[in-house]
Amino acid sequence: MTLAPADYLAAWPEILLLTMVCVILIADLFLRDDQRSTTFGLTVATLIACAAVVVVSARPEVSHALNGMFVDDPLADTLKIMVFIAVAAMLIYSRGYVAARGMYRGEFFTLVLFATLGMMVMISANHLLSLYLGLELLSLSLYALVALQRDSKDNTEAAMKYFVLGALASGMLLYGMSMIYGATGQLEIPRIAQVIADGKANGTILVFGLVFLVAGIGFKLGAVPFHMWVPDVYQGAPTAVALLISSAPKLAAFAFVMRLLVEALGAASLLTEWRQMLILLAVASMAVGNITAIAQTNLKRMLAYSTISHMGFLLLGVLAGDQNGYGAAMFYVAVYTLTSLGAFGMIMLLAREGFEADRLEDFKGLNRRSPWYAFVMLLLMFSMAGVPPTVGFYAKLSVLQAVVNAGQIWLAVVAVIFSLVGAFYYLRVVRLMYFDDPVDTTPIRADAGARVLLSINGLAALVIGIVPGWLMTLCQRAIQTSL
Amino acid sequence: MNGGLPLLTLAIWTPILAGLVVLATGSDRNAATARWLALAGAILGFVVTLPLASGFDVTARAMQFVELKDWIERYHIRYHLGIDGISLLLILLNSFTTILVVIAGWKVIDSRVAQYLAAFLVMSGLMNGVFAAMDAMLFYVFFEATLIPMFLVIGVWGGPNRVYAAVKFFLYTLLGSLLMLVALIYLYHAAGGSFSIAAFHELPLAMTAQVLIFLAFLVAFAVKVPMWPVHTWLPDAHVEAPTGGSVVLAAIALKLGGYGFIRFSLPIVPDASHALSGLMIGLSLIAVVYIGLVALVQTDMKKLIAYSSISHMGFVTLGLFLFDRLGVEGAVIQMISHGFVSGALFLCVGVLYDRLHSRQIADYGGVVNRMPVFAAFFMLFAMANAGLPGTSGFVGEFMVIMAAVKANFWIAFAAATTLIFGAAYTLWMYKRVVFGAVANPHVGELQDIEAREWLFLALLAIAVLAMGLYPAPFNAVLETPVGDLLAHVAKTKIPGN
Repeated sequence: MTLAPADYLAAWPEILLLTMVCVILIADLFLRDDQRSTTFGLTVATLIACAAVVVVSARPEVSHALNGMFVDDPLADTLKIMVFIAVAAMLIYSRGYVAARGMYRGEFFTLVLFATLGMMVMISANHLLSLYLGLELLSLSLYALVALQRDSKDNTEAAMKYFVLGALASGMLLYGMSMIYGATGQLEIPRIAQVIADGKANGTILVFGLVFLVAGIGFKLGAVPFHMWVPDVYQGAPTAVALLISSAPKLAAFAFVMRLLVEALGAASLLTEWRQMLILLAVASMAVGNITAIAQTNLKRMLAYSTISHMGFLLLGVLAGDQNGYGAAMFYVAVYTLTSLGAFGMIMLLAREGFEADRLEDFKGLNRRSPWYAFVMLLLMFSMAGVPPTVGFYAKLSVLQAVVNAGQIWLAVVAVIFSLVGAFYYLRVVRLMYFDDPVDTTPIRADAGARVLLSINGLAALVIGIVPGWLMTLCQRAIQTSL
Repeated sequence: MNGGLPLLTLAIWTPILAGLVVLATGSDRNAATARWLALAGAILGFVVTLPLASGFDVTARAMQFVELKDWIERYHIRYHLGIDGISLLLILLNSFTTILVVIAGWKVIDSRVAQYLAAFLVMSGLMNGVFAAMDAMLFYVFFEATLIPMFLVIGVWGGPNRVYAAVKFFLYTLLGSLLMLVALIYLYHAAGGSFSIAAFHELPLAMTAQVLIFLAFLVAFAVKVPMWPVHTWLPDAHVEAPTGGSVVLAAIALKLGGYGFIRFSLPIVPDASHALSGLMIGLSLIAVVYIGLVALVQTDMKKLIAYSSISHMGFVTLGLFLFDRLGVEGAVIQMISHGFVSGALFLCVGVLYDRLHSRQIADYGGVVNRMPVFAAFFMLFAMANAGLPGTSGFVGEFMVIMAAVKANFWIAFAAATTLIFGAAYTLWMYKRVVFGAVANPHVGELQDIEAREWLFLALLAIAVLAMGLYPAPFNAVLETPVGDLLAHVAKTKIPGN
């Protein structure tokens, strides 16, 4: 196996990130606890540098590298930049939070960076093995992050559940992949597609493998009926980690779906097969997610169910089965990441030492305590509910028009009805913030970085809502040039 | 004609920006600044709509003051504004009402003043956006966005049961508009990728599609109007909302529904509108008659006016679905008149409520002894609500009843009962509240209206009388758009015919 300079060039951001993780890992050993901000600074700088590298090296065409293991295309570039932004924002939001809980250590940062590397590999995977490798790197880092507070019973329990169910899902994926390999004799994604297109693959085995793949994807996305881990992990994990799990990995999971279902198994005959499966997953996710969220009193748990319903909506875009739909789904997942970051960021803003601020009632009367942050949260909640002029509406609009365009009007009707159900619990947060009097009157103390970024995040939900065109075009172009 | 200024953009964004400025004054320490700024913003917002009226060409058949820019190119959504006579009247009504609301909340609202006033200013801008939008998605965005400030107004400054009312209001209206969204997306694809309302108007559609689209629109607009049986959010919202909220709800928000029928349902799906006109007329008559009876037994003044609103809005939908020039013009005039009259009545109740903190009819009696000036104003508005000739309430109702007589005697007969019921519930309430002996020691301590209250009641009184005595300008403005609408609706859009 020989590697040409072009191979290194394509994987430049990954190589840089890996190098920096090693540097940070070692450098941190020589730092005292009060110098930890150096590690923090290095980590954020690494993410920014990687983003810069991706921007500089972005090319508008598809190029394969590393003997067909790796692909560099606009889809990968766009998603990677979003991942860097999301992870950097997560680090800034959670700085005070992790410091107050004894997690402000080198491991936290290296694990987060390893998880990021895993996402990058997933996003750029052109081979079932690299896809799986990236997924496992991400998952293992996340399991460890959930359990980072060794002494916390909740965290350990959540990590255990996450690990066991995650391992099960990985097993399913691997099994499905082996079926695909059995049917096509190929592991490289474009070649799999080629063999299927040539009609040389055994249809029965292929569909059998597909079922396992969809189940695995369902687990990773947290779609019903494979969603059981989501609420427990979100609630049990430290909020900083729950934020990480709920944001950037969804972008990677979207890439995963695109690579597997669309690039490898996107042939018309298979599309009808997985479309039916996704319809079931999507409708069930929207139903269970939205209805169960109503009954929650814990905000993190509520957001977990909300994530489930959002993943259902995301799948709607995918199952439209054309570029229009994939572009819509990509826009949706980008918007979801933005709002999810903000919502968890708000929880951490209100949290302080020994107080998690993750119950709904902790948000009571926020408008009296801090009108500005109440407004930020209001924008985020209305965005999640999909009320214009916030950006969440355009995300729903894109997906709905893709679904209608694909001739599935009834699905669009089902989706809007469940959105209505969803609006109820998002409204409840607004209601508590604005209509009730505060129980907790402690002044909000968070570092300036988190405050400023959170304000930007909330305003972005409104401003991108007023001018959403560029982001839509960006997503659509990435899909069109890559798939 | 308009000197190159984007007048509609100004009409939309002036109040919204003013609202943001007011919001920036922050805490209640600066309440006085917030009030003056809000008043200035509301007046400015009204002033920028005046050139629309002065520059309006009543004979032009095309949309006027058109502005067109690309907004979201990905889906060909455009920032496309334009108005005809119907929109013009509603925009003027809206901007005028905003001034009254700011004055009405002047002393009464003392907590979170800046937020309260900002909510109304922003809402006013958004409503202008709804009436000026020529792109369906732009319309939808404005239409939905109005929910957010209204939700907060009811929920934050409302009465004891405000949370329930606010959530009910929000979810009811959201349900309707979400189905409309699906219909709009369907039309977008059917029109080959355009959200232009004008393109929708020309789009041929099969009958099944028309009926389904009509029903989706119906849910959205019927909830807003509101029509029986999806009216139940309105009494709750009105009763719990602060006075300003009730005024805006009654005077403007309900008009979004009627306007939606005119701009969307009738011209986009004319065949379905004809086919289902029986249903619409039936529902309208139920609203007129049954809700009129319901209003009769109310013991809460605000609830009574809320039910009377539903009953009066029944005339609007009735007029629209008679497909007659008199009927449609009457419906629009009824919308405007109802904006003045119901707004005025809610303000009157607000005046009483601010003094005695009760909305119960039984807690009053003999108010005229202490507040003669107020009683005179209240009398005028009560008469207008009952449809007394010479007031604005009479014009619209009379035109709709005339149109109904042409269509079918029994429809006209049922509709005309409102003249009896309307008079009965309004005047009976008036009698119990204003006349009689002083029933309650607190009534004995009432002070008559002050200059501020006198101002907004007088402004409305002028509007009500002017419109009732000389409705010709309104008819002139409406003649062309209504004529065009009816000509358009008369043609079938089913392909192959």
